[in-house]
Amino acid sequence: MAEAEIPREGEALRRGWRLRSDQVSGLMLVALAAYVAWENRVYPVGSLQEPGPGYVPLLIAAFLGAMGLLIALFGGKSRALGDIRWPEAGRGLAILLACGVAAFALERIGYRLTVIAMLVFFLGVMERRPPLMVALVAIGFGLISYYVVGTLLSVPLPRSPWGF
Amino acid sequence: MPDSTLQNLLLGFSVALDPSILVYAFAGCIIGTLVGMMPGLGPLAGISLLLPATFGLNPIVAVVLLAGVYYGAMYGGSTTSILVRIPGEAASVMTCIDGYEMTKKGRAGPALAIAAIGSFVAGTVGVIGLMLLAPTLAAFALRFGPPEYTALLVMGLFILAYMSGGSTIKTLASAALGLLLGMIGIDVMSGYTRFNFDIVELGDGVGIVPVAVGLFGISEILLSAGQNAAPAVQNPRLRDLVPSREEFRLSTGPILRGSLLGFLIGIIPGSAHIISSFVSYGIERRLAREPERFGKGAIEGVAGPESANNAAATGAFVPMMALGIPTSPVTAVMIAAIMVHGISPGPLLISQQPELFWGFVASMYVGNVVLLILNLPLVGLFVNLLRIPYSYLYPCILAFCILGTYSVANSMIDVWIMLIMGGVGYVLRKLEYDLAPVALGLVLAPMLELSLRQSLAMSAGDYGIFLERPIATTMFALGVVLFLFALKPVVFRKGRDWRKNVGLEQQES
Repeated sequence: MAEAEIPREGEALRRGWRLRSDQVSGLMLVALAAYVAWENRVYPVGSLQEPGPGYVPLLIAAFLGAMGLLIALFGGKSRALGDIRWPEAGRGLAILLACGVAAFALERIGYRLTVIAMLVFFLGVMERRPPLMVALVAIGFGLISYYVVGTLLSVPLPRSPWGF
Repeated sequence: MPDSTLQNLLLGFSVALDPSILVYAFAGCIIGTLVGMMPGLGPLAGISLLLPATFGLNPIVAVVLLAGVYYGAMYGGSTTSILVRIPGEAASVMTCIDGYEMTKKGRAGPALAIAAIGSFVAGTVGVIGLMLLAPTLAAFALRFGPPEYTALLVMGLFILAYMSGGSTIKTLASAALGLLLGMIGIDVMSGYTRFNFDIVELGDGVGIVPVAVGLFGISEILLSAGQNAAPAVQNPRLRDLVPSREEFRLSTGPILRGSLLGFLIGIIPGSAHIISSFVSYGIERRLAREPERFGKGAIEGVAGPESANNAAATGAFVPMMALGIPTSPVTAVMIAAIMVHGISPGPLLISQQPELFWGFVASMYVGNVVLLILNLPLVGLFVNLLRIPYSYLYPCILAFCILGTYSVANSMIDVWIMLIMGGVGYVLRKLEYDLAPVALGLVLAPMLELSLRQSLAMSAGDYGIFLERPIATTMFALGVVLFLFALKPVVFRKGRDWRKNVGLEQQES
């Protein structure tokens, strides 16, 4: 368990009780285990002689719940949740969303157009690279990767409705 | 060495030295080196992304290519660690410490050369170990029934938790998360479709590739988002690569110890190549006459960890080839590559597919030589990759991730899973959870479930079956003992955990 940044006694009193990262993550695991056990109720657990499809998931959910509980119980000295810095989270979320849009577009407008548009967004909009470089990298990567993977390695990649 | 082993090895070399296979071993090593040098693309993501391209190849070529990527990446990771203090992949973290200090003192060349020589020696020791141990283990594993497999898998998970550098219970929780992911899809024994949320594609379960690429590739990019500047890179000349006599003398012991230690740790489940490099560094520091030199450019701090992580990479192939059980996410993807061709890994693989096994073994000898003679002279060329600003690199890596994941099964669901796992991996890493057990749990889940249910059916529901069979009992007992040992520092906070004695505390920081 992480023991970084353990506040001294006086400091702890000044700050008051603070949520610890392991306490939060442990309880989240317990909640997840409870959810899985709840979802699992539709599958027959069977008997010990003949375990059903719900048997092992229930066993693992119970194990996860137990581990989550242990993590939360012994997590009092882990890092305070508020001390975890998330400076890259906004940018990371933007990256994930852009990838989500690309995933949505992939089978609709084809691999090449999707990748070119995605790279234009990342390089031109997010990273503000020079337009010429953006165009060269985006178009070059989109076409060359399609040629290597789609044509040379014969991996079927989605095409746009216009055949491109 | 028995005559049959020599004969089989000759058969292997006749396969591996075939020009068509040699080309793929060569290509795998180069791709692996490049992948290992790129932050955000470790060996696992590299192998996962290349997997679809192997579907059209014969199984021997596919395994040779992917294995080349694996140990090429191990090598590539050390180059970036030494030259710019960026570990291309996690196993090279320890190399950064003294490797980069040597670079600052103008000794980058010898550090690279010792890393390459150490990797070569370790790779060769590892292959010899694989060659001798895997067939014996496979023959022994023919005695295994469902209870033994259950015990083996449970023991593996507990060993994984015990060996992890971080918190034991967090590692077990990560493994449980992976096991739960592995429950998604059709239950092979009853035909029930479980946890598919009415998404038809999830009936086939969650694949290892989207999970691995998401957890390791995407989450790394999310964590490093915002970096921009390309690092200043030293470009060592060929004549600067030769280490001094003293550097050779100091490196010999660490290389040999690292090779042996790495191979043994490699057989154990978990992030063996990462753990082995930490353990090797800790041991070398303890054995050194002047331990204060460590952290200031001690060549032993490069030689030991580099040898250990390469030997561990080879050691991980022993249970994969002999038992059909992956001990790391990388070997899990490689098993997927073999299974695509209709070959079932397991104890019978070596006897039924001798060309595949021995060709693979021989190709590793060849690959080690290729890496040694290729990478040192070309290091100046490879480091140019490091000059590409990260703002150009990461969008292209993202596009590769989407491309590779989609190509495995032409499935958009896989791409969505990859993105979700990227987000999950990012949060888990922030909360200091180990990700490798998630991927490993996912792969082991179907095997564990099947063997457990078969065992219970065999014994009419009596769990005592695990205590009636000597092999299963021994493995269970070992697993439980290790679990209790691992819990000790969590429950009783007094005393010092053995892992801290060998340097694993640095993995936690």
